[in-house]
Amino acid sequence: MSVTPETAPVTAGAGGPLLAVENLRVGFATEDGRVQAVDGVNFELEAGEVLAIVGESGSGKSVTAQTIIGLTRSPNSHIEGSVRLRGEELTTQSEAQLQSVRGSQIAMIFQDPMTSLNPVYTVGRQIVEAIRAHHSQVGRKEAHAQAIELLGAVGIPEPERRVDDYPHEFSGGMRQRAMIAMGLALEPSVLIADEPTTALDVTIQAQILRLIQDLNRGRGLATILITHDLGVVAEVADRVLVMYAGKVVEQGTLDDIFYDPQHPYTWGLLGSLTRLDRPRPHRLPQISGAPPSLLRLPSGCAFRPRCPHEFAECKEVPGLLPRLPEDPNHLDRCQLTPEQKRRLREVEGRIGLEEPA
Amino acid sequence: MTDAGAISASGGPLLEVTDLVKHFPIKSGLLVDREVDQVRAVDGISFIVNKGETLGLVGESGSGKSTACRAVLQLLKPTSGSVRFEGQEIAGMGRRELRPLRREMQMIFQDPYASLNPRKRVGQIVGDQLKVQKVASGKELRARVEGLLDRVGLSPEHYNRFPHEFSGGQRQRIGIARALALEPKLVFCDEPVSALDVSIQAQIVNLLDDLQDELGLTYVFVAHDIGVVRHISDRIAVMNQGKIIEAGDADQVCEHPRDDYTKKLLAAVPIPDPRESRARRDRTASAG
Repeated sequence: MSVTPETAPVTAGAGGPLLAVENLRVGFATEDGRVQAVDGVNFELEAGEVLAIVGESGSGKSVTAQTIIGLTRSPNSHIEGSVRLRGEELTTQSEAQLQSVRGSQIAMIFQDPMTSLNPVYTVGRQIVEAIRAHHSQVGRKEAHAQAIELLGAVGIPEPERRVDDYPHEFSGGMRQRAMIAMGLALEPSVLIADEPTTALDVTIQAQILRLIQDLNRGRGLATILITHDLGVVAEVADRVLVMYAGKVVEQGTLDDIFYDPQHPYTWGLLGSLTRLDRPRPHRLPQISGAPPSLLRLPSGCAFRPRCPHEFAECKEVPGLLPRLPEDPNHLDRCQLTPEQKRRLREVEGRIGLEEPA
Repeated sequence: MTDAGAISASGGPLLEVTDLVKHFPIKSGLLVDREVDQVRAVDGISFIVNKGETLGLVGESGSGKSTACRAVLQLLKPTSGSVRFEGQEIAGMGRRELRPLRREMQMIFQDPYASLNPRKRVGQIVGDQLKVQKVASGKELRARVEGLLDRVGLSPEHYNRFPHEFSGGQRQRIGIARALALEPKLVFCDEPVSALDVSIQAQIVNLLDDLQDELGLTYVFVAHDIGVVRHISDRIAVMNQGKIIEAGDADQVCEHPRDDYTKKLLAAVPIPDPRESRARRDRTASAG
């Protein structure tokens, strides 16, 4: 099922990161008032890297991803900040310019492959169209041959035959593979996967995650994985952003987030997981309350009303800062001291993981 | 066929299902429908649910777990087989005969957005069954509904609100209050937390746990998330292609699965621990 023999991960060129998102803010005007769906997100992505954005519904993770490829542009949206692909600014590009970026440089796959594929065209025809829309010099026959090759590359058996099937003749897992094949058709350098396995069974999920990993290693495809599932994150991600109410509350390497989490919200997420490889606890540790409405955000720290460790300073909006002297790349938005955090998360038992090694 | 009832608890069986079959015909033909084949959604399953315990039903989509629940509850007419509730055969009963039994068996649904009538107020949604079954009316009805709302973590002021005013987790609480209104003995929970956010899932699982302890409820808990099922269940039955292929004590099935399909299913569940999942990947890579 592996796509290409594993080669060394492609490293980024000297000219800075592949994708840089800087102080991205996305607001929507709604009937009930202005909603700041994304409020100051910063990250960089290198070739061959998998960045996971984790959060609950309304955290701004999907809006962040959609804004990168210009899908949130509309009369009622207000976008600030910068998105640069190989140094080139995307937020100010015209729709026509963006059209050539989508697909050929950044591809996106969605949660539900049934609604993302057109039911009245064969899978092959949809891939052919994607190729010819960007490369008009490629002939129909040639594009058809490429479609077969791509379907084979993402692990669809008998691609010569299946290329002429309609989406309804594919299973859920095969549809997601077909979506990925379509995304890869123009050899993009960035893949954005928005909950790519949420609608799939676990055995199929494992196959799709393996495929994304193979593409990431084999082709150096940089990937932004958007998910609510920390199990999926642990399987494939290199770095993690944890989002809450439009803001990044913690950001670090995979091991930082799982073994030395700094923000109480991250503790809560990790603690509430059910783990098959551990004895079951009598009760699941739970975060009380519900995520806030973006129309009525609490003042100060947005997690404050649900946080068991709230103290006076939480009335101020906390910055996303490196708060661990030994780890300048591990950022979080909680004003407790690192010692307090270590003590509290052990005492409260909210992590469900061993002490950091 | 594995007998899910092999390990019995002290309470004695509340529900006995024997050789339950539900086939759906596939019809074809221009003028006259002819049955050309069948979908064997539930293909001869047997299990026992004891009083006060939770039986978890796991399996992938299409394995027949939801159809099995609906056939047991007589929401779908079983093709054949026997369903005994407190010793009484209910398979094949008519609507009228089933009505008093509906009080004893209730269901909590997956999608809290689709399973509540958007035009009814919360008080009506929760209280309607009490009225239909002539259990309570007037002031007493209102008091009971407010008590239920309080019990599931909502407040009595929510009585006159509409479902759209609530978040997903709160709506699921409304669904739970409705299911508990008639003080049922057996509650079928069909994917009750899979549509909810991670931080809310734990709240609902804990609420179901508390209600079971307090009211002595018996659950059949259906979900594809094996971690959640194992947390809440005493025993687990694994379904694949309409059959129960393995059943037993929850920890036993999860830690020492015997059937190859169960092993495959468990091995695919992501481990939320990077070191563990790397170690597992290395193991599978070296194994083949």
